[in-house]
Amino acid sequence: MAQTTHTTTHGATPPEGTRRDFLMLATGAAGVVGLGAVVVPLVSQLAPDAQTVAAGAPIDFDLTPVAEGQGVKLVWRGQIIFVRHRTKKEIDEARAVNVASLRDPQADQARVKQGHEQYLVLYGKCTHLGCIPSGTAAGEPKGEFDGWYCPCHGSHYDSSGRIRKGPAPLNLGLPPYAFTSDTKIRIG
Amino acid sequence: MSGHSSYTPRTGIERWLDARLPIIRLGHDAAVSYPVPRNLNYFWTFGGILMFMLVAQIVTGIVLAMHYTPMSSVAFSSVEHIMRDVNYGWLMRYLHANGASMFFIAVYIHIFRGLYYGSYKAPREVLWILGVVIFLLMMATAFMGYVLPWGQMSFWGATVITNLFSALPLIGETIVTFLWGGYSVDNPTLNRFFSLHYLLPFMIFGVVILHVWALHHVGQNNPTGVEVKNVAKDTVPFTPYATIKDLFAMVCFIFVFSWFVFYMPNFMGHADNYIPANPAVTPLHIVPEWYFLPFYAILRAVPDKLGGVLAMGGAIVVLAFLPWIDSSKVRSMTYRPIARQFFWMFVVVCIGLGWLGAKPAEGGYVIASQILTTLYFGFFVALFVIGLFERPKALPTSIADSVLGAMKGGSGARLATATAAEPNAKG
Repeated sequence: MAQTTHTTTHGATPPEGTRRDFLMLATGAAGVVGLGAVVVPLVSQLAPDAQTVAAGAPIDFDLTPVAEGQGVKLVWRGQIIFVRHRTKKEIDEARAVNVASLRDPQADQARVKQGHEQYLVLYGKCTHLGCIPSGTAAGEPKGEFDGWYCPCHGSHYDSSGRIRKGPAPLNLGLPPYAFTSDTKIRIG
Repeated sequence: MSGHSSYTPRTGIERWLDARLPIIRLGHDAAVSYPVPRNLNYFWTFGGILMFMLVAQIVTGIVLAMHYTPMSSVAFSSVEHIMRDVNYGWLMRYLHANGASMFFIAVYIHIFRGLYYGSYKAPREVLWILGVVIFLLMMATAFMGYVLPWGQMSFWGATVITNLFSALPLIGETIVTFLWGGYSVDNPTLNRFFSLHYLLPFMIFGVVILHVWALHHVGQNNPTGVEVKNVAKDTVPFTPYATIKDLFAMVCFIFVFSWFVFYMPNFMGHADNYIPANPAVTPLHIVPEWYFLPFYAILRAVPDKLGGVLAMGGAIVVLAFLPWIDSSKVRSMTYRPIARQFFWMFVVVCIGLGWLGAKPAEGGYVIASQILTTLYFGFFVALFVIGLFERPKALPTSIADSVLGAMKGGSGARLATATAAEPNAKG
């Protein structure tokens, strides 16, 4: 049988691929598509499900009760959000820094909303490995730069939430938010 | 050392089965007539101890899974339910939790044994690499198991370790979201970790079979590092010699295991894990389980996120390359006067890193971690360099010679009887 096939293919010497070649390619292609059709759902099921995504709707927060020098922690999408009402000293400190010397250079002005410089709204998640830095509530260690200190691996953030010292590579993230009135914000 | 099978079926049923499924022959060749070097010391009993620990973890784990609920709202209380309500639930859980620690104690002794006696060198490279794979799988299993009680350390340990992947450029954040199944560690994370924690031990079991297969193909190393030259003189049959010795060591090990389970069951745990998980509060001092501490110290020693993650991963992966890093042809450190000193320094460095991993990441601790991390990796560089110029001590000509040299007077007769006592000792 094998011998016969051998001689026929040689004897005929078809200019293009044989029927067999075509069938091999077509079967192979169908196999790859089939494999993909199995792998995609298997991987996709790991992603956040519809319920988790739906739970991430925007939230409103009234800033009036947050006095100067105070901070609060909110929860949005299962993540902690820091809101701090900064003192004059903290704002000045954040603005006195030479931006170019920072690990993740960003001016304080770019991290707050124009006209609301005293309010700093941040993701409360260390950019190193995701611990919650201390420094929001009264009495918590604020680190060496009057901002936040991550107890897990010793990252220090300044009063603008920028990384100043320690292993974290980036500044504390800024969640999407907007002022809906002078004293109210909507996160999300 | 896999030679001819010395199995002879004695009964008709055995002959019938042997012709159809030679499973008794397999067991006989692997665990009865299999020749082991006659000079093995007690460090060689840890393979058997590890096998016992794996089975013990699987058995107690299956029992715990019958009473545990992997849902973030009730996981913590279901563990307390096991502790208080389930008959002997406390015993099952303490056996399982302390069993993980004992498993790692045994595996670290096993690894250091391999390092000291050069068990990674040709022809045992694949055997060694399979061991590194088992070690990695064990770490993944232990990590996910520690998340299941859903205490504070579970939650924040899971947060920190999963965030390690966010250090990877471009795809990091996506990988982390896919690991979590959400925007933070939450119920979907707990669910999938439970599923994987149940799966991975069986994968370990699979790799262990390959590990033992590779071992039985190339034969065991021994304290001299000299290969078996004459099976009749250099080896004894696995049963009864190794079987009984392994069993005795296992019983001693179980004494220690039981001491922890019955007298100090929470000694190796962390008190914070008896606080239910709270996503809003990070404990001021997060520490992983003790067996991860040296690697945790390496992670924190590097003042750069990606760098720290790579150093930590590298500290484990470098082991797999050891067969090609060590340039010396002599296996056993007993005959390597310089390398042996570096080996003991390496042991001290590892213990030091473990101690530093439990300390806060500040001041002198960070500097000390950086020095010890350099020394950790320096050991592997040293192994390469030392092998180039070190003059090893004279090796014994054979295993039998090394044993006879150590014995006095008429012990040669004892050696002969040991071989004669087991007629199956043909290898």
